[in-house]
Amino acid sequence: MIKVRIPTPLRPLTKSQGEVETKAGSVVEMIEALNSTYPGIKDRLCDETGELRRFVNIYVNEEDIRFLTGKDTPLKDGDEVSIVPAIAGG
Amino acid sequence: MSKMKALVCRECGKEYPTKAIHVCEMCFGPLEVKYNYEEIKKTISRKKIADGPHSMWRYLDLLPVEGTNFVGPHAGFTPLVRAKNLGAYLGLDELYIKNDTVNHPTLSFKDRVVAVALTRARELGFETVACASTGNLANSVAAHAASANLHCYVFIPGDLEAAKVLGNLIYKPHVVEIEGHYDDVNRLCSEIAGEHGWAFVNINIRPYYAEGSKTLAFETVEQLGWKTPDQVVIPMASGSLLTKIWKGLHEMKALGLIDNVRTKVNGAQAEGCSPISTAFKAGRDFFKPVKPQTIAKSLAIGNPADGYYALKATAESHGSMDMVTDEEVVEGIQLLAQTEGIFAETAGGVTIGVLKKLVKQGVIKKDEVTVAYITGNGLKTQEAVINSVGRPVRIQPSLVDFQKTFKMGKNGGGA
Repeated sequence: MIKVRIPTPLRPLTKSQGEVETKAGSVVEMIEALNSTYPGIKDRLCDETGELRRFVNIYVNEEDIRFLTGKDTPLKDGDEVSIVPAIAGG
Repeated sequence: MSKMKALVCRECGKEYPTKAIHVCEMCFGPLEVKYNYEEIKKTISRKKIADGPHSMWRYLDLLPVEGTNFVGPHAGFTPLVRAKNLGAYLGLDELYIKNDTVNHPTLSFKDRVVAVALTRARELGFETVACASTGNLANSVAAHAASANLHCYVFIPGDLEAAKVLGNLIYKPHVVEIEGHYDDVNRLCSEIAGEHGWAFVNINIRPYYAEGSKTLAFETVEQLGWKTPDQVVIPMASGSLLTKIWKGLHEMKALGLIDNVRTKVNGAQAEGCSPISTAFKAGRDFFKPVKPQTIAKSLAIGNPADGYYALKATAESHGSMDMVTDEEVVEGIQLLAQTEGIFAETAGGVTIGVLKKLVKQGVIKKDEVTVAYITGNGLKTQEAVINSVGRPVRIQPSLVDFQKTFKMGKNGGGA
């Protein structure tokens, strides 16, 4: 299973859970899997073309997926994913 | 009627109440304060501002707080220094340094944003304040929290300059060092902010906090005799400061305080962490995050929250961006110190280095009124220059020894 940390703005969709578990082989698959359990979550994370929105950051085991292989970053059992709003800090 | 109407998403326009939230639930866009400009316009004037307190609170009408029970009542209204020597050296007729190395109480521009953030946090009922910081912000939050009797947690990267670490500990907040870069600190704090009901000044209080930077634009214009400069050079970490200076200039125009904004806004970064300047030079409107590697630690944000908006503001203003090496940062610090007697931290070295480059490139011209924003004090980043400043001459307490050392005759003269 993959552990996914859910940021506050998405918790209305996950029944207020800050952490959920899902099965997926990549970040893209994870978004689809989350969306089937928590409908609507994909639209929040991705724009009309399916790309991640400008202000969404995703981390796999604490590493920004833009330093890995983006949305195609592979996931394996036990990985931890954080979805974090990009607008913070500075 | 309140001067704040709502928080509004910069991306999709959805409105929210003026609470401690910073992200749009729909599109993750940043929330920004929406003001009631029509009401503000009825009462604001140059005279009212000029009659106000000798601090940034003279622009209270354009700051997102409700009352006047200020945390940080003395922040801002720092000197705008006419830099004749540095101007002559660079070939500029009218150069000014906006000198926030002497901001009150912690010697960086962060005292402005923190004064707004903590005033607002207290209005919203918070008792604990926190921040993710590259150093200056933490110092300011810790100091202001002490004075306002607020509980305080500051989170910093593990490799900060000694004076910036000490500059937290002295106020006795909880200081948490994270093994990692600022971007790791920031991500962790975003997650902590979601779990604890604290006022994270640059996370859930960010829509208010960031507005404090506008006062650097307001003061510059007022101190120039209600004129906008032709060119400004601004250091960039998250890009928020540049974005807000641009916004501040336009607010003054919208409220009739000035006629026009002709200012070109230029951004400065260090080569070892230049995601925004690199994107600008490549003609992109988006940036790629980087892993910072520079002595300009206060600007070492590899994943800048406002990078996109900084690129936009610079393009709108027909300004430019550039970056300098760490060696050029040290040279910039020395140049400013030795021409104007102002000791800036590394971010100031970045600003001066990029100013020099832009003049050389012909981007900034001789007759243009130019303002360089110097945002932090050199005593906090001594490590950066300690090996470049030489040593004192050491002598015995004797007149003979002194005169011998300086090759002087008995009646003066000599070197």
